[in-house]
Amino acid sequence: MISRRCTAALTVACCALLVCSTLHAQPSPVSPRSIDKRTESTSWNQSLRVIFLRDYNTRVVVFGTTLLGCAGGMVGSFTLLRKRALMGDALSHATLPGIVLAFIIATRFGLDGKSLPFLLSGATVSGLLGVGVILLIRQRTRLKEDTALGAVLSVFFGGGLALLSVSQQMQQGHVAGLESFIYGKTASMGAHDIRLIMLAAIVCIGICLLLFKEFKLLCFDEEFAASRGFPVMRLDIVLMALVVTICIVGLQAVGIVLVIALLIIPAAAARFWTDQLSSMFAISGGLGALGGMVGAEISALFSRLPSGAMIVLVYTLLFSASMLLGRRRGVLIRGLRRLRLNRQIDRQHLLRAIYELRELTISATRNKFEPTRNQGFDVDRMQLLAKRSWSAGRLGTAIRRAVRDGLVRVDGDDITLTDEGMVEAARLTRQHRLWELYLITYAEIAPSRVDRDADAIEHVLEPEVISELEGLLARRYTDVPASPHDLGTASISPSLRPPGSEA
Amino acid sequence: MNPQRATSATNNDAGHSRESSDIPLSVYDLTVAYHRKPVLWDVGFDVPAGALVGVVGPNGAGKSTLLKAVMDLIPRASGRIQVFGKSYQHNRRRVGYVPQRETVDWDFPVDALDVVTMGLYSEIGWCFPIRKKHRDIAQDALNRVGIGDLAHRQISQLSGGQQQRTFLARALVQDADLYLMDEPFAAVDAATERAIVEILREMKERGKTAIVIHHDLQTVPEYFDYVVLLNMRVVAHGPTNDIFTPENLQKTYGGRLTLLDQVSEAMRRRERSL
Repeated sequence: MISRRCTAALTVACCALLVCSTLHAQPSPVSPRSIDKRTESTSWNQSLRVIFLRDYNTRVVVFGTTLLGCAGGMVGSFTLLRKRALMGDALSHATLPGIVLAFIIATRFGLDGKSLPFLLSGATVSGLLGVGVILLIRQRTRLKEDTALGAVLSVFFGGGLALLSVSQQMQQGHVAGLESFIYGKTASMGAHDIRLIMLAAIVCIGICLLLFKEFKLLCFDEEFAASRGFPVMRLDIVLMALVVTICIVGLQAVGIVLVIALLIIPAAAARFWTDQLSSMFAISGGLGALGGMVGAEISALFSRLPSGAMIVLVYTLLFSASMLLGRRRGVLIRGLRRLRLNRQIDRQHLLRAIYELRELTISATRNKFEPTRNQGFDVDRMQLLAKRSWSAGRLGTAIRRAVRDGLVRVDGDDITLTDEGMVEAARLTRQHRLWELYLITYAEIAPSRVDRDADAIEHVLEPEVISELEGLLARRYTDVPASPHDLGTASISPSLRPPGSEA
Repeated sequence: MNPQRATSATNNDAGHSRESSDIPLSVYDLTVAYHRKPVLWDVGFDVPAGALVGVVGPNGAGKSTLLKAVMDLIPRASGRIQVFGKSYQHNRRRVGYVPQRETVDWDFPVDALDVVTMGLYSEIGWCFPIRKKHRDIAQDALNRVGIGDLAHRQISQLSGGQQQRTFLARALVQDADLYLMDEPFAAVDAATERAIVEILREMKERGKTAIVIHHDLQTVPEYFDYVVLLNMRVVAHGPTNDIFTPENLQKTYGGRLTLLDQVSEAMRRRERSL
């Protein structure tokens, strides 16, 4: 935790330094000679200049979007867990009427309509108004939050579009730049705008790091936080303020429609990789920064491509990769786990089927076999097929695997357990019966504890419960497979029995 | 409800609070209403120090609401609450809270130790990081509830009983004097139930008080030495032996006789064991 904070603080400090150096560095002078020499390699040279950030403007823009992406990812990991992810979307859409109104008012009063502070304060006011309306609808009516969200989002955005076409017919001022707010266009940003973005992003990252523990508690268990005296309401407002900040400063770079991607996608992608909030937070910030950087570079390389769309496309790539490859919850790892589980279950079914067939024969012939010793008893495929509803193919695969693992021997059509297989089969049969009994005896609570992988019973159930179940098992089956583990011989007091088991 | 106490509280407030400062919880004329429907109605009772108190009543009787109102989590329409003779906010550090297990998202990306450490956040202080000593305290609490080896397991991988024990451990790290627990025994296995009871008894020996919302009437006489029977208002409160009678339960639950039979059976068992 401490080291995490230190690295995080260092990162922030480095970012701040970078920002300062970027902003103070003068644009590298282009010598006249190089201009003369421009030939067919010009575009390649230009691309290289963009990629290696030799251009002052590109450098500034890329740093800005990187920081913005990082801050968005960090704030987003909290809002995602607080299940407020879509609030940012409503908020950003609701900013449009504010932006246009601010422009109209400013031009009417003869000011520069496109000065960013004006536009962004207009955006903030109408964005907050939108959120306020949502909260009001939720509180005062019986409509659910998603309904209120959808309604407010579309109404505000529609109003904004209408205002935009009105403003286009105005005499003074040219409205051309305003559309860049809808789709996002880094090319229209000046150094001042970017300085604002960087400052806001750094402040957001700083607040997230400082209040990490408090936000964690707020998102996990609001009620407990309140009972411990944390001002839950104020914390919530701070978190919402961070969302507002990201949305507003992100408008120009990413655009109204797509700014929500900054808050949702990196956080959702990070969740596939980890089960720890601190790592999710860091990964989300990292992915956000990476997406912001690469997206802005692509947009700078091909000047026709809008930066917002590029950033979101890069995010989509990162998200898809995380969804597939994520170490904790990725699709592949889950598929692999399921496959492994299925194989394991098939193997367990096979061994248990053989064991139980053998058990039946023994009790039918009243033969004095030692039950856990392997006496060369064999079954044939047809018997096994009839025992369960499995296809011949699946059974065949299960048998082949068991042979490979040295658990059974196949001799023509006869299948025999090896010594090792016998021990395993006895153990599995016992486990299975214990679980079955547990499900019956503790029907109330069992479903939450049953582990499909029967191997784990000793790890899940307490020794007392197991020895109680073994008592029941002995009464139900004549042949109880011996436990391979020493479970102790704790006797069970009557108070431990679940209600109804006395009968 | 209790006219005698009501007068002593109004006439001699200063003296009363001094003499009641060792009373873990006093509730006076508490009324809570959601919209226009009252949930708790003129509820009043005292809880003696060092007692294990069971709060019992049918569904919708306002049991959880009572605990939340005590901790100022929901607004009160009227009434007064004193925790060790002062307001809840004043003595917050002396109160530990175990919420219902269903109130949180168990898919949240934290492990058991993280959850327990949350009990220390208000002591760690705003913006300060969690240190090793805090994690050690949390680990000790997990050991006490018997799941020390699961400290680093993600909480969705814990069974219901283990999740409940994690919540209990989170309250234990505070070393509070009064514990409020909302159905800690709901849907847990026998071993967890026994572990929780053991911890409750150990608390009692150390002079702590616990107020526990409980559903299983059969085990009330065995677990609790003091009961509050609640159904919107307090039907009765006092030592289990005097109060936990079929007549009072009849008043609390209405005429559900099968329940009452179980209770008289449980009371007989208790008498036999005493």
